Amino acid sequence: MVETIQVDDVRKRYGDVAAVDGVSFAVREGEFFGILGPNGAGKTTTLEIIEGLRKADSGTVRIFGTSPWPRNPALLPRIGVQLQASSFFERLTAREQIRTFAALYGVGHARADAMLEEVGLTDKANTRSEKLSGGQMQRLSIALALVHDPELVFLDEPTAALDPQARRNLWDLLRRINSTGRTVVLSTHYLDEAEALCDRVAIMDHGRVLELGAPAALVRGLSAPTRVAVASGALPVEEARTIQDGATVEDDGVSLTIATTEPGPVLAALAERDALHGLSVRGATLEDVFLHLTGREYRA
Amino acid sequence: MMRGLGPLSKAMLLGFLRDRVSLFFTIIFPLMFLVLFGGLFKDAGVSQTEILQIGAVPVIDQLPADARAELDRVLKVERRDDRQAALEAVREGDFAAAVEQDGDRVIVHYSAADQVRSGTVRSILDLLVQESNQAASGVPPKYSLDLSQVEDESLEAIQFVTPGLLGWAIATGATFGASLTLVSWRRKRILRRLRLSPARVPAIVLARVLVSVLIALGQTAIFLGVASVPYFGLRLSGYWWMAVPLVVCATLAFMSIGLLAGAWAKTEESASAIVNLVVLPMAFLSGSFIPADNLPGWIRTVSNVFPLKHLNDAMLDVMVRGQPPTAVLPQMGILLGFAVVVAGLAMWLFRWDDV
Repeated sequence: MVETIQVDDVRKRYGDVAAVDGVSFAVREGEFFGILGPNGAGKTTTLEIIEGLRKADSGTVRIFGTSPWPRNPALLPRIGVQLQASSFFERLTAREQIRTFAALYGVGHARADAMLEEVGLTDKANTRSEKLSGGQMQRLSIALALVHDPELVFLDEPTAALDPQARRNLWDLLRRINSTGRTVVLSTHYLDEAEALCDRVAIMDHGRVLELGAPAALVRGLSAPTRVAVASGALPVEEARTIQDGATVEDDGVSLTIATTEPGPVLAALAERDALHGLSVRGATLEDVFLHLTGREYRA
Repeated sequence: MMRGLGPLSKAMLLGFLRDRVSLFFTIIFPLMFLVLFGGLFKDAGVSQTEILQIGAVPVIDQLPADARAELDRVLKVERRDDRQAALEAVREGDFAAAVEQDGDRVIVHYSAADQVRSGTVRSILDLLVQESNQAASGVPPKYSLDLSQVEDESLEAIQFVTPGLLGWAIATGATFGASLTLVSWRRKRILRRLRLSPARVPAIVLARVLVSVLIALGQTAIFLGVASVPYFGLRLSGYWWMAVPLVVCATLAFMSIGLLAGAWAKTEESASAIVNLVVLPMAFLSGSFIPADNLPGWIRTVSNVFPLKHLNDAMLDVMVRGQPPTAVLPQMGILLGFAVVVAGLAMWLFRWDDV
C-alpha cells in the first residue's frame, strides 16, 4: 500500500546551517500526524519541502506516490495548505476571501459558504479579514485550506499566538477535520497540543527527527516517575519519606511532592493517613520526553 | 490555463477600490493638479513687460495711434521725470528697462538680471527706432512681415496640461499598483498560497495587467471628462480615441517598472520609495508638469529613456495636435518594447518568497 506521505533522508542546507538534516518518516492515510519542535527546529522547512515549495538538496519526498517537486499541478487539488499568519487578500471580507480561493479550485459559492459555516464564521462573513480576531483569522485560514475538500491537509502552527480558550476551540475544529477521514499534518511548538490531537508525533530539533511515535507511547517509553502532590503540611516530610522506598520527597512550602514509579501504593498510603488535601497526580508529558531527548528544558 | 483570472482580477480590483489612499493618489491627487494648472493658466497670455520712459521720448510719444496700441499689447510704458529714481527702479527689478532720448539718440538702461525680459525690450525698441528711421527717410517699406499661428487659435493651456498630467497619473497608478501588489502578496504569503493552488502564473500576471489597464482607462475617462467641462474647455481633436491603445501600451510599460521595483524590494515602504524615485523625475523630465521644450537639449535626450516622454508626445499628437493615428505608431512600439525588456528583467529578479 502506498503511504500518503513518504519522506526519505531529506536534507536541506542554508549556507552553513543544516535546516533539515536527514529526515525520514511516513504518514498513513487518515492519520493525524504532528511535527513537534521548538522554533528553528526545521519543522517549517520540512513542511515546505513536502508541500513542494522548496527543493530538497537530497533525499526523496512522495505524496500519494508522486513527487511534489517541481510544482505538480495534478497534486495541488488533492492537498490543502494552511500557512502561518494571515495570507489573505487585502480589504476583502471573509466571504469574498473564501469565494476567491474556492474559484481558484473551480469550487462554487455554495460550498465556500458552507465551509465558512463549518468553521463558525457565518456571522462574520461580511467582516473584512483585517478586522477579525486572531482566532477567527486562524479559522478562516483553515477554511481556505479546506474549501476544495482536499484529502491531505497541512496546518502550520494553527494555534500560534492564540489565547488558551481560542486554542481549545480550535482543537475541536481540528479534530473534526481529521474525523472525516482526512490525513492531517500539523506542525506545532506546543507539546500539549501535539499530545491532545496527534495519533503520532515526530519530535524534531536541529533539523533531525529525535523520536517518532504515539504521544502516549513516547511518554510511557520514558518510564519517568509520576508526581503525586498534596498540600504542604498535609503530613510531615519525614513521615512521607517512609511511605515508599525509592520515592523522592520534596516540600517547597506550597506542595509536598512525591515522585514515584508506582503511584498506586503511595496514593493508598496517603488516603490511609487522610492526607489527600489538595491532591494532584501528574504523569510524564511530552515535555519530559523532550527533556530526556535533548538534555535541556523545552523552549517554545 | 486561465483559471483564476476572473476571481483574482476581482479580488485585486475590490482591494484597490476599497483603498482610499491609493484611490486618492491615483485619481484625486492628479486631478487636483489638473484643476490647479487648468485654472491657473486659463487666459494666461504673455504678461506685459513694464518699462519707464524718462522725460519726453519722441520715438514713443509720436507713434501713430494704431502703432501705439500695438506697442501697448507687449509693453506697458510709464513716464517718470526723475532720472535717478527711474534708474534705481530698474536696478531694483521693478521695471525691465528705462528709455530716454537725447536728440537723435535713444538710450535704453536695462538690468541683466532678467535677460529674457530685457532682451524683449531691447529688440522692441530697436524695432521702433528702425521704423522711425524708415519713416523719416520718406521711402515706403519694401518688405513687410505678417505673423500667423499654426495651431487653432483656441489652443490654451488646458490642451497641453491635460495629456501631460494624465500621463503622470497613469504612470503613478500602474507603477504603484504593480509594485505594491507584488511586494505585499509576497510578504503576506499570498504568492506562496497561490503557488500551492492550481492557478497558473500567466493567470496571476494577466489579472494584474487587466486591473491596471482598467484603472488607467478609468483615469483617462475621468480626466477627459473633467477637462472637457466648459470652465476648462478642453477640445479634443479627431483622433483622440487613439489615446485608448496608447494608454494600454503605456500601462504595460509603467507596470514593468513597478514589477521590477517590486521584484527587487523586500518591503512595501522600499518599493514605494523606489517607484517615487523613478516616477517623479520621469514626470518632470517628460514634460508632464512643464513643457519639455523648455528643458536643456541634453536632458531632452536623456529623457527619451522614459516611457512617459513617449506617451506624452503621442498623447499631445492625437489629442490636441490633430495628428493621424499612424503618427503615434512609433511611440506605441517604443512603449511595448520598453515593457518587454523591463518585465524580462523583473522576471529574472522575481522571488516567490522572502527567503
